Amino acid sequence: MSLFEYAPAPESRSIVELAPSYGLFIDGEFGEAKDTFKTINPADEQVLAEVALAGPEDVDRAVAAARRAFESWSALPGSERAKYLFRIARILQERSRELAVLESLDNGKPIKESRDVDLPLVAAHFFYYAGWADKLKYAGLGPDPRPLGVAGQVIPWNFPLLMLAWKIAPALATGNTVVLKPAETTPLSALFFADVCRQADLPPGVVNIVTGAGDTGRYLVEHPDVNKVAFTGSTEVGRQIARSVAGTGKKLTLELGGKAANIVFDDAPIDQAVEGIVNGIFFNQGHVCCAGSRLLVQESIASSLLDALKRRMATLRVGDPLDKNTDIGAINSRAQLDRITELSEIGAGEGAERWSPPCELPDRGFWFAPTIFTGVTQAHRIAREEIFGPVLSVLTFRTPAEAVEKANNTPYGLSAGIWSEKGSRILAVADQLRAGVVWANTFNKFDPTSPFGGYKESGYGREGGRHGLEAYLA
Amino acid sequence: MTATATSRLSGLPDSPADLRTFLHGLPGVDKVGIEARAAALGTRSVKTTSKAQAIDLAIRMVDLTTLEGADTPGKVRALSAKALRPDPADPTCPPVAAVCVYPAMVPTAAAVLAGSGVHLASVATAFPSGQAPLEVKLADTRNAVADGADEIDMVISRGAFLAGDYAHVFDEIVAVKEAAGPAHLKVILETGELATYDNVRRASWLAMLAGADFIKTSTGKVGVNATPPVTLLMLEAVRDFRERYGRQVGVKPAGGIRTTKDAIKYLVMINETCGDDWLHPDWFRFGASSLLNDLLMQRTKLTTGHYAGPDYFTLD
Repeated sequence: MSLFEYAPAPESRSIVELAPSYGLFIDGEFGEAKDTFKTINPADEQVLAEVALAGPEDVDRAVAAARRAFESWSALPGSERAKYLFRIARILQERSRELAVLESLDNGKPIKESRDVDLPLVAAHFFYYAGWADKLKYAGLGPDPRPLGVAGQVIPWNFPLLMLAWKIAPALATGNTVVLKPAETTPLSALFFADVCRQADLPPGVVNIVTGAGDTGRYLVEHPDVNKVAFTGSTEVGRQIARSVAGTGKKLTLELGGKAANIVFDDAPIDQAVEGIVNGIFFNQGHVCCAGSRLLVQESIASSLLDALKRRMATLRVGDPLDKNTDIGAINSRAQLDRITELSEIGAGEGAERWSPPCELPDRGFWFAPTIFTGVTQAHRIAREEIFGPVLSVLTFRTPAEAVEKANNTPYGLSAGIWSEKGSRILAVADQLRAGVVWANTFNKFDPTSPFGGYKESGYGREGGRHGLEAYLA
Repeated sequence: MTATATSRLSGLPDSPADLRTFLHGLPGVDKVGIEARAAALGTRSVKTTSKAQAIDLAIRMVDLTTLEGADTPGKVRALSAKALRPDPADPTCPPVAAVCVYPAMVPTAAAVLAGSGVHLASVATAFPSGQAPLEVKLADTRNAVADGADEIDMVISRGAFLAGDYAHVFDEIVAVKEAAGPAHLKVILETGELATYDNVRRASWLAMLAGADFIKTSTGKVGVNATPPVTLLMLEAVRDFRERYGRQVGVKPAGGIRTTKDAIKYLVMINETCGDDWLHPDWFRFGASSLLNDLLMQRTKLTTGHYAGPDYFTLD
């Protein structure tokens, strides 16, 4: 028992008013929920609400509403569209506490992150693209870039509202209309966003939310009247989508998996590198496509760095996502927990050494202690496959060339990190890494002005920044 | 085996060149990273029972300080009396760690504090600038100890440090340590004048290698005093130093810490950087004056459930 224990400091959930059941949001109206599924709080497995399961006819209606709205929405001057986006951004800020609590309830992420990372970035994204809406002619995409039409967007469960913002903000700024399908396990914040759209008086049909599972997503991306498909999720589903839209003329962007290398050189600022490693893999329970899940550490400092990392990991607080002092929340679903557990057992079976700090996990809900594997080699599955959980594989290297080789030796290429106090080394290594984002002496930093996207099996197209406009214009 | 080889094996630098190589071989500090970490630790929420515990600990860690040209025996007596019984209305309120005064005021404070267990610290060595000949600094130190100070807060020669003359600074600390005899030596780095985090880390190690019992951020007399990132960096330094040499050194942020909320942020920082071993007045101090009344005010609020006005707390 430590001398100084923090008493529980839970954020109140009373600020969120949940209805027992939610219908689809189509053409500016919430419908009745006929077929439904339940969404639960992964921290205690309690049902939060019932949500409509959209079938093919529902998706048809949503796409038709978006098509009708497209005509007038795309004809609005950019400065008028910007007003709606600015208004949405402001309402998101005003309701940020409510939305942060909701996000933590439905997703399991700690309130500290939903409050300090997700929601500020969500609002920032809308503010940023609102600013572009009347300046599209000057974006370097031709003298008169035109919107594509109806965008079908499918987003994952790891950052439900932030991924929605990444998809919807640029689509609306460029004059497209949207049908968005949130993930099956985290539909609630998208439905609350629908309410934000109504509050902002956004014209009906410009944003439509259809909830459901994989089939609903398939109806949406395969719908013949969709002009643009944007997907964030697993590489496996990304492949199916790429096959299904091939030859249809639909424009496609995919943001898929990753197995990022976080490279620590012997001249790194060690204490900050340890923070960066922790942030790289344990941020959002490791449910981050760009997570620094492979630590490549120079062999000459490996043992002292690992000691420091373990000491730091012992201070991580795992538990109630709504407690303001929680660092690591709940795993989003039983299925994901099973996958993390399975891959971790494979790692141990293949001979890597497993370590977790002593930590008590709650009895109910889905939990996984922060874990590192040392003695991992490129041949281990835990060094190659995306685990998407709080599990770090530690590998060593001897020279910068070896670090680059190992970092690039993966089918993915979404992100990477470099830790060194030597500027010339950072630039030289960054130049050789085949990854869409390379962080230097930091990790998992996001900004709406910065394009984000991958190489190889991590997908194609960019979201964010000026580059993010390109995916929604012709 | 030669003396050099032996000391190299034990890891202690033993020549000016070695010292320089050693200090410049310490890992660098990333400014953005350490500031982000300090800010993140500042978001911990400390409530109810942990808050009560933290407030009492913080009171016990206060070096109640007055360092003004206008200090008089009357003022120092009042401060010393307050140090013994910070809250006259509540006997359960613990005394502070120490009273910190100029050398000329040491006899006055000593008369009040004698036998109480509250330490008596005196700044010495031509505080705050340190710009005086070594002999003067040593005499200053000896005087304060002879008059009853059992803790000496010395300043390093920032000029020599910034000029790269680490050996000079090292030798001065060694000499003052010797002059201080049994008194505990706190070495003030004046981090606001060292300017970079890399310098703060080097100065911390330099002071510890030279024998400091405590490393202290600031005099309180320059524009930038204790900040959370600088204190975090010094906590990392004492942690790493003990790991390497087996000797524990204390940390004292000073200047600019005025509220309970701030003090608790520092306690959280100790808790998550060095752990239990430093959560004690022997190993962590707050150099402060107005902080104490805010701690008392919050303490009363927790016990009684309501805030009392400033007139219910004594002037220093």
